[in-house]
Amino acid sequence: MTAANDVSAGVRKGATAGRRRSSFTRLVFVIMAKDLRAELRTKEAVNASLAFAVVILVLFNFAFDLDDPSTRMIVGGLLWLVFAFAGTLVLNRSFARELPNDCLDALVAAPVSGACLFLGKALASYVLVMAVELVSLPVFGILYNVWFPFGQMVVVLALGTWALTVIGTVFSALTVNIRLREVMLPMLTYPMLVPALMGAMVLTAQLAAGTSIWGDSVTWLKVLTGFDVLYTAAALTLVETVLVG
Amino acid sequence: MRDKILYGMGVVAILLLARDVYKIASFPPEAAQGAIFKIIFFHVPAAWTAMVAAGTALVSSILFLMKKDFKYDAIAVAATEVGLAFLAINLVTGSIWGHVIWGIWWTWDVRLTSALVCWLLYAGYLMLRHAIEEPTQRATFAAVFSIFAFLDVPIVYFSIRLFRTQHPGPVFLSSNGSFPPDWTMVLLWNWIALLMLGIVIMLVRLGHEETQREIDYVRRMAHAL
Repeated sequence: MTAANDVSAGVRKGATAGRRRSSFTRLVFVIMAKDLRAELRTKEAVNASLAFAVVILVLFNFAFDLDDPSTRMIVGGLLWLVFAFAGTLVLNRSFARELPNDCLDALVAAPVSGACLFLGKALASYVLVMAVELVSLPVFGILYNVWFPFGQMVVVLALGTWALTVIGTVFSALTVNIRLREVMLPMLTYPMLVPALMGAMVLTAQLAAGTSIWGDSVTWLKVLTGFDVLYTAAALTLVETVLVG
Repeated sequence: MRDKILYGMGVVAILLLARDVYKIASFPPEAAQGAIFKIIFFHVPAAWTAMVAAGTALVSSILFLMKKDFKYDAIAVAATEVGLAFLAINLVTGSIWGHVIWGIWWTWDVRLTSALVCWLLYAGYLMLRHAIEEPTQRATFAAVFSIFAFLDVPIVYFSIRLFRTQHPGPVFLSSNGSFPPDWTMVLLWNWIALLMLGIVIMLVRLGHEETQREIDYVRRMAHAL
């Protein structure tokens, strides 16, 4: 019952430290820290995700000739496909990690709101997926000689990864107890993520071509931001129903 | 009584459709596109019917989450299945039109892509339902998923105005529209006919869902004994 103990300890600490910080924020960070600690001790999802990302990046070499200028237009799409596939491996574990020893029941029974639990888990997955992406990005750059302006790329990564994480975490909770969980999660999340992935792909391709994301393609940036805001609000509203019923 | 109303509505819908097909056949071919243009009389009403079905599924899903009444869950699943069928009609008729006019069956235009994504989303809704055994959990998760899926529908509707697209612009209810008034009337009547047909199919499906729930209840009682 490591997860439940961590949360109970966090709740106690949260009660004493409540004067300085709001308990909601504190509890979100407790959940996040618990998930990150559990993952960093085993490294099972991150290692698998990173290895998977590198394997796909190598396989792309046989499918496309990225030295050809005409195929360089698709680098944004390729990169985000890698991120989406590798990210799903991390997100699949978000709630599935709590299944052994009925830790999920203990978490749901803990005195934390569903929104708090969701945000903590989403932020932990966000950190992990971002880490996988930030390692994959230079690997991609070295293998295919494609470079991106760092600041603008971080903006695209931050927005695109949050879309991936927010949808992935909600659906990880939806699919945690059902048959064919590993298949159902990508099948449900990828169609939902299409507008966000389209936006991230277009913006990344623009950056690879040396064009600023603040120019003509700013509409896609708005789509990506709108998507993030809309689905975060929906997730925070509905996650209690998913977890408690 | 309910069956008689259902059959009556079905007969009226089919008669209306037959009348509309006769009228559409009597219209002259469109100047630029020829006879294939007439596919719009089914393509657009099918999309509208699918939108109404998606809206019904959304409202039913919200009502289920608020009241926990399985009647609303049954309406949501029936509406989603009917909407999926009409969206499939929309995609197939659009594809046939595209093959004749554009010379290709499919193009990754924003609106076409959004319609296909919506279809995949609602297909995902049905697959999610099939994967969950426990009725309350199935209804709750499906309702949440339906709300998430519906958030995608406005992107379909407004994308034509937001993005540069290969899809033809709207020709009705638009300032630059060019659809003749008598054609618009036939199109609206055809929509009413398809909508009635959709309602009939939905109510039949609703009956199946209610029967299934009764069977599940009896089965649980038998297990308990």
